[in-house]
Amino acid sequence: MLELLWMIPFLPFAGFVILALFGHRIGDRMTAMIGAGSVGVSMVIAFVVGYNFLLSPPAGHSYTQALWTWMRIGSFSSGVSFYLDALSLIMVLVVTFVGFLIHLYSVEFMKEEQGYSRFFAYMNLFVGSMLTLVMADNLLLLYLGWEGVGLCSYLLIGFWYKDPANGRAAIKAFVVTRVGDASLAVSLFLLFTNLGTLNIQEIMGLASQRWTIGSGMAAAAAALLLGGAVGKSAQLPLQTWLPDAMAGPTPVSALIHAATMVTAGVYLIARTHVLFTLAPVVQTTVAVIGTATLLLASISALTQRDIKRVLAYSTISQIGYMFLALGVGAWSAAIFHFMTHAFFKALLFLGAGTVIMGLHNEHDMYKMGGLRKQLPIAFWSFLIGSASLSALPLVTAGFYSKDLILWQVWASDRGSILLWAGGLAGAFLTSVYTFRMLFLTFAGNATSQVARKPGPLMKIPLFTLAILSLIAGLVDIPNNLGNLPTFSEFLHSALPPAPMSHANPMIEGKLQFITSLLALIGIMFAYSIFVHSPQHTGRPEEIKRSPIAAAVHCFLFQGWNFDLLYDKFIVQPFVRVARFNKGDFIDFIYKGIAFVNRSFNRALSFTQSGKVRWYAAGLAIGAVILIGIAELL
Amino acid sequence: MEHGLILAGMLFSLGLVGVIVRRNIIFTLLSIEIMLNAAGLAFVVAGSRWGQADGQIIFIFILAMAATEVSVGLALLLQLYHKFKTLDSDAASRMRG
Amino acid sequence: MNEVYYISATVALISTLMVITRLNAIHALLYFIVSLFSVAIIFFILGAPFVAALEVIIYAGAIMVLFVFVIMMLNLGPEAIEQEKQLFRPEAWVGPGILSFVLFLEFIYVIRNYGRHASGMAVIGPKQVGIVLFGPYLLGVELASLLLLVGLIGAYHLGRRRRNSAPQKGGKQ
Repeated sequence: MLELLWMIPFLPFAGFVILALFGHRIGDRMTAMIGAGSVGVSMVIAFVVGYNFLLSPPAGHSYTQALWTWMRIGSFSSGVSFYLDALSLIMVLVVTFVGFLIHLYSVEFMKEEQGYSRFFAYMNLFVGSMLTLVMADNLLLLYLGWEGVGLCSYLLIGFWYKDPANGRAAIKAFVVTRVGDASLAVSLFLLFTNLGTLNIQEIMGLASQRWTIGSGMAAAAAALLLGGAVGKSAQLPLQTWLPDAMAGPTPVSALIHAATMVTAGVYLIARTHVLFTLAPVVQTTVAVIGTATLLLASISALTQRDIKRVLAYSTISQIGYMFLALGVGAWSAAIFHFMTHAFFKALLFLGAGTVIMGLHNEHDMYKMGGLRKQLPIAFWSFLIGSASLSALPLVTAGFYSKDLILWQVWASDRGSILLWAGGLAGAFLTSVYTFRMLFLTFAGNATSQVARKPGPLMKIPLFTLAILSLIAGLVDIPNNLGNLPTFSEFLHSALPPAPMSHANPMIEGKLQFITSLLALIGIMFAYSIFVHSPQHTGRPEEIKRSPIAAAVHCFLFQGWNFDLLYDKFIVQPFVRVARFNKGDFIDFIYKGIAFVNRSFNRALSFTQSGKVRWYAAGLAIGAVILIGIAELL
Repeated sequence: MEHGLILAGMLFSLGLVGVIVRRNIIFTLLSIEIMLNAAGLAFVVAGSRWGQADGQIIFIFILAMAATEVSVGLALLLQLYHKFKTLDSDAASRMRG
Repeated sequence: MNEVYYISATVALISTLMVITRLNAIHALLYFIVSLFSVAIIFFILGAPFVAALEVIIYAGAIMVLFVFVIMMLNLGPEAIEQEKQLFRPEAWVGPGILSFVLFLEFIYVIRNYGRHASGMAVIGPKQVGIVLFGPYLLGVELASLLLLVGLIGAYHLGRRRRNSAPQKGGKQ
């Protein structure tokens, strides 16, 4: 049954082709069936393949299906071949499952939009590219999927293209991730020149043979890969595009910018973990970037008004956690958190979509309130999602994954207590901003009536994801609570365990206690500010009373002014140079010809005065000159 | 013979001056007649020098042509006068630039 | 013979000068007729009586009369003379005067270079002219008649007064 592997990405691609060619002719119902159905069947096949893989794992715990040779140039040959091991299986299952649920949701959510078939075509293309990315056997195919998801992200952010602001957001996303893509491409060049192949498994084998730990070449390759990952996963310093990417429809934000595409960077680093192990400096950089990003994004999330922007900053912050885990060598923990994050973040986004749709596209949380009675399903899904995001102890999936990360940051050889403290502070901030969002949206008095309530196609995904956000963590129960690390052990066939040479398991319980306590304190803090004393809700009108507070608020609101920084130091000089170069000297030659022509024309047009006498005089002058020439010669 | 030709040349230049200087269209047409007359004079002088009738014949043709040109020209002048209400040739200068 | 020639040449020159400097169109026309007469005398001296007669009859008698008729028809009046005075600026003569003078000098230069010839005084009468005209120059005669026909039609058509003073309202006329 593993031979069905190729159908998993093929079906969404086929769905894309059909919808792109015939979408406008086959009507909405058929479009929805093809669009959601292709991903649905793909999901079923993924489950079948996964079941087969678990029951009777192939030799070496990996299965390669080579389809055809893409290119063969000299000694370089690259093929379209898919590689299935524990890591890519988890990714495939999450992508297809969450993807299918979100497709189902958007059948109803996007029902009244123009461009229905266009939406599903792009979404199918996205799912196909993402599956190519995670199942790619060599880095070139991975890069193809990488570019594909980047393209779909651009197309879907700018889905409502008639508003130029959406186009600008899409371009910003594309350009910023392009910087990362360039870095990734250079790393591909580096790896190929030094190791002679782009096949991932071969690279990892050759690298560990040829390069010693701490070698410059490994560090360079790993650093460039990190550059690519940082761009796609919206980490420091390329995180500026993700909040603006919320201009796209909510299902897009849920699927692409929360659950799947932004985790491609995490996948990339996990996939090429050998290179990072060989370059400890770079790996520590990964951890530092993760920590800095998670703190920065959490603080910014505290000041946002738009509900989707809070979720965007939250995504940046949670991916920071994943990077932190990768940086200390906790590969499986990062993937575990990726899985739980996909569930609860998609749940939160879909719930936010319900709220937005219900209030006629209202995004500002300060204009919401008291929706608890009117949108119960949104309230409960938000509550469960927020609880999972804040890692409330024992009952939520987020607890298990986040705690695993924090424990391994503390205990790993490459971890440090500073990083752990950063992660802890992030956990506190996470619960504060998450429950701020919840209270502002659902508590208090209702300010407006709900116009459109969600139907069954929207309720099923919410329900499913809510359940998963509660129980998905139970696949990896830590040591002191029952010791059932099935997930990590499953992944150990693909990813090595984190190096924990002198870890004291007793401390794990204490760390969990501290984390949970902080999360609960955060909830109470948010409650006291936003529910108990509404006059101190931190509304912008009150903040502006103090100029210092207003300045700080503004700084944080704009994402620590990274946009301003980039604009001032990169964009403006570039634009200036481009403008200056517009009048370069080659242009000058062509412009000079035109200028000479025009000035001659202007001069000669004076001779055309329209007066007969003038022309007669011209005749006479001509005659005089000609006779003179004829005589003198 | 040169004297005749010189006279013709003088008359021609005077006619040319008249064409260029005078703004009244009537005078322009008149000056053209002067020039035609001078040309004809030159032809007749030349014909007389060679003792042939060709010079006179050409003068006859010039005469026919002058007659035609005057009649058409005066008709145009009348149209111009009705359109512009003036006989200034500089008034009809819209085709410029 | 020569004296007659020089006198009539002088008269022709002076009267032509008068033509181009008059303000009144009728005056200029009359001066031109004088000039034509003197040129006719020169033709006579040169032994071309036919064209002398033709000059007087056709040029002075028909073409100039046509001019006079048209000017009379225009009914210009004294305002025209005033207008003419305004249009007339002495500075305007300088350029064209120089131009024509240079042209004239070129004429003289050319004529001088071609040697001197005595002018024949043989009289070539109408009979000879007729024989040559309807002999080798027959085609020219036919063309000239065609030209006159064309001129006739053109003058008739262009001379028509069109009633297009006010824009018509409503249907086509």
